[in-house]
Amino acid sequence: MLLTIDYAAIDWARAQFALTAIYHWLFVPLTLGLGLIMSIMETLYYRSGDAFWRRVTQFWQRLFGINFAMGVATGIILEFEFGTNWSNYSWFVGDIFGAPLAIEGIVAFFMESTFVAVMYFGWDKVSKRFHLASTWLTWLGATISAWWILVANSWMQMPVGCQFNPDTMRNEMTSFLDVALSPFAIDKFLHTVISSWIVGAAFVVAVSAWYLLKKRKDEHQLAVKSLRIAAIIGLCASVGAAITGDESAYKIAEVQPMKLAAMEALYNGGNDQSLTAVAWVNPFKQPDYQQASGAPMRLAIPHGLSILATRSLNGFVPGVNDILNGYTRADGTVEPSASEKMERGRIAIQTLADYRQAKSEGADEATLNSQLSTLNSNMPYFGYGFIKDEAELVPFIPVNFWAFRIMVGLGTLFILFFAFVLYLDWRKKDIPAMKWLLWTAIVLLPCAYICSESGWLVAEFGRQPWTIQDMLPISASVSDIGSTAVATTFWLFLVLFTTMLAVEISIMLKQIKKGI
Amino acid sequence: MSYVFLQQYWWLLVSLLGGLLVFMMFVQGGNTLIYTLGADDDQRRALINSTGRKWELTFTTLVTFGGAAFAAFPLFYSTSFGSAYWLWMLILVTFVVQAVSYEFQHKQGNLLGARPFRFCLLLNGLLGPLLIGGAVATFFEGSNFLIAKGNMLSPDEPLDMAVSTWANATHGLDALLSPWVLVLGFAVVFLTRCLGLLYFMNNVENEDIRSRASVRLVGQAVAFLILFVSYLVHLLLKDGYAANPVTGVISIEPYKYLHNLLTLWPLAIVLLIGVVLVLYAFWRTIRSKNYIGGIWPAGVGTVLVVWMLLLLAGLNNTAFYPSNADLQSSLTITNASSSEFTLRTMAYVSLLIPFVLTYIAYAWHSLDKKKITPEEIKTSDHTY
Ligand code: HDD
Ligand code: HEM
Ligand code: HEM
Repeated sequence: MLLTIDYAAIDWARAQFALTAIYHWLFVPLTLGLGLIMSIMETLYYRSGDAFWRRVTQFWQRLFGINFAMGVATGIILEFEFGTNWSNYSWFVGDIFGAPLAIEGIVAFFMESTFVAVMYFGWDKVSKRFHLASTWLTWLGATISAWWILVANSWMQMPVGCQFNPDTMRNEMTSFLDVALSPFAIDKFLHTVISSWIVGAAFVVAVSAWYLLKKRKDEHQLAVKSLRIAAIIGLCASVGAAITGDESAYKIAEVQPMKLAAMEALYNGGNDQSLTAVAWVNPFKQPDYQQASGAPMRLAIPHGLSILATRSLNGFVPGVNDILNGYTRADGTVEPSASEKMERGRIAIQTLADYRQAKSEGADEATLNSQLSTLNSNMPYFGYGFIKDEAELVPFIPVNFWAFRIMVGLGTLFILFFAFVLYLDWRKKDIPAMKWLLWTAIVLLPCAYICSESGWLVAEFGRQPWTIQDMLPISASVSDIGSTAVATTFWLFLVLFTTMLAVEISIMLKQIKKGI
Repeated sequence: MSYVFLQQYWWLLVSLLGGLLVFMMFVQGGNTLIYTLGADDDQRRALINSTGRKWELTFTTLVTFGGAAFAAFPLFYSTSFGSAYWLWMLILVTFVVQAVSYEFQHKQGNLLGARPFRFCLLLNGLLGPLLIGGAVATFFEGSNFLIAKGNMLSPDEPLDMAVSTWANATHGLDALLSPWVLVLGFAVVFLTRCLGLLYFMNNVENEDIRSRASVRLVGQAVAFLILFVSYLVHLLLKDGYAANPVTGVISIEPYKYLHNLLTLWPLAIVLLIGVVLVLYAFWRTIRSKNYIGGIWPAGVGTVLVVWMLLLLAGLNNTAFYPSNADLQSSLTITNASSSEFTLRTMAYVSLLIPFVLTYIAYAWHSLDKKKITPEEIKTSDHTY
């Protein structure tokens, strides 16, 4: 029966999760970013009482509403997809992973959906103060929701605060605080939320730029003022994204060295590694990392990678082959080779099966205890027991490599752009007259989305083949639904979401044309 | 707090969320009535805007129900969603299309026009309650799933590694072949339509709509009562799935749900109160010309009835998610629950729930002080 492996079903499940998550993420960053900007604008209205700010706030809130509906619509699929497509996974770690999702619902989603209603419908029904609070609470709800979902995601990258229970055959939580305040989650939250403000800022800047290009009289004031506020937020956020992104990469070096090696196309590591700026990596083909010494045509920053990964000039950074063959860390601990981990993983799985068998047959304490101690010593490599071939352990390098470069490249561009706009503004230059600058602003809007999605591609592709790092690979996580069923829903969602997106964009453009 | 207490506490909360969800589906029920209740387009828009202000709460309740089930009863979450795939996918898709329908249908630039989106509201309005009601019925009627944890320890056959599977290729759709599943499903459809009518009468200030709704209520209420009472009688007479508290072995017990009702008699009293409240709301609305508060007793009554039914499904050593394919695969609140640690931690989190309910009530009280009128829709800033 070895050949009955239904890889197609696994791939469809992956494709479906990727599709729905990528769509969800088209809307969420704007919610987080625009939510902040419109809250600031309403605060200006509250403080000054100037009707101009009220109109500006309401204008941006209309655009927010169109986007928000799509975020909500796409989110529900994801929430249930853990169960529908990754049911083994949901059961194996549901004890830990379910909690953040439940808390997200109780704490964040209700806050969002209640106060967003006050925000839309309450303008003349509730007090100015209550309305302002509602706008901020909508944004806060969205941000808290990001916190909990990212706690869940971070836990998959770095499982903490849990222990395997051989009797229930699943992982159980041992410390809620370790899960909720995992250092990985803190970095991920800061980077994701702050980088989403860039998307919000780029959106406001682009729309404002369009009004200025069209020389729209009614919106001139709105555009000029919005552009300034957004540029300030954009600059802070893009600098913040670079700092927190660097911190994320440092964490990855620590807990997911294979992801870092894939991001950098680093095949053979060592001390004192330079950071690749660009190199040629075929975007469609997994490179031959075993034979190649490194990616060709490489332009690199000396010491860069060592500093990024170890915070020292000549720290050791393992490459793909080092990780597969085993290596020794700076502190002297030895990382076993992949084949050893796979062997120990198989022992763990077999021992667990034997233990369950023995227990059901009423074996004596001593037998069970010796099985348990074998199990415990091999448990850290449990997931490796499902791996058939070392090559499975290497994520698809081209996606990681290029997506990372796109994110960092565009991220740097954003810092320069927002800084430049603010500089011009400070020198009292006539920004509305600078056509090329306004066009740049418009072109940068899709770039912000691409940048943000790229970040997720790095995070999620780099995690492969693991659903939970070292603990559970995707092949053992998937539900048994058959490839036809999942392929059908994949196409269904593709058509549905694409249609919805087309309508959304069209409505958004009309709304922008209509103006204030 | 003992482990057993925590398991029951979480079953209590998840069931309460289920009850709230069925009540909140007045949005769905209301949406099935838009065409027939609204005489002209102005009235229809008033109706759409009326449910349009509440749909997110219903939606969020559904999402939170999923999250709470995941956290408290992960084996149920993974089994139900991962094996009754098509049933859940259908439910989800109709909720997805509903979510954008409000915001998009009446906006300029909407490439598709209002009709497809109104159709989506109708589709979700019918299928949502029908399938969710049907899913609730499977708690009593059983489903065709299998659970074998050992599967995961055979890494040579990835798809056979799935712990929970559906016993046939329909992946959940065969549940809809069971007549009793359909009876409860349609009972929920008619219930949500009744609630929708009561909600409109309360929320939309228009004499025309109010008098028409009051007339329409009669037929819907009768249909609901016939279906619901048949199901209730069937339930009390049917065999149930009992779990042995010591060994966990599941067996069929005649009159199990009747026994549950007698053993847990306080639940029977609350169930009765719920039914009386719903009947009172129907009766008074139909009889009196000016009474528009029916949604309140009917809503509270609905929550109580559904809550109690779900409690009967899970408490008193009953398997709440029984398997017809393999009796011993059936899920109980004991064998499907999270660890004691997780349940306790989440129990602390649940202390926030009253606070959440309070701000929801406060916010909506402030917003609903002024009722919706067809005229208002033409002038206000944010409409659907
Ligand atoms: C506009 C958005 C944006 C910008 C300008 C940047 N990022 Fe980013 N990045 C994201 C948007 C993003 C994201 C979408 O928010 C991700 C996806 C997952 C996550 O945690 O955040 C992400 C992930 C992500 C990861 C992977 C985290 C993981 O695997 O868990 C790393 C290492 C970086 N980023 C590093 C950077 C660096 C060094 C940047 C320097 C400029 C940078 N990012 C700019
Ligand atoms: C892949 C896992 C994810 C799941 C299961 C998920 C689930 C959901 C669900 C169910 C909703 C609708 C909530 C409602 O009823 O109001 C939603 C909306 C939302 N989600 Fe996600 N989400 C995921 C990823 C993310 C990420 C990574 C973030 C942020 C960092 C995020 C932030 C939000 C926000 C802010 C909303 C509010 C509405 C909007 O998107 O505009 N989600 N999500
Ligand atoms: C919203 C932003 C996100 C995007 C764009 C995204 C993207 C992706 C992609 C591209 C994959 C497929 C990877 C592959 O098969 O190679 C994937 C898989 C997955 N992601 Fe995400 N993801 C996001 C957020 C999340 C979050 C917040 C969680 C968890 C809370 C999550 C959990 C998963 C799971 C369980 C899988 C399937 C199993 C696997 O492939 O490992 N994702 N995601």
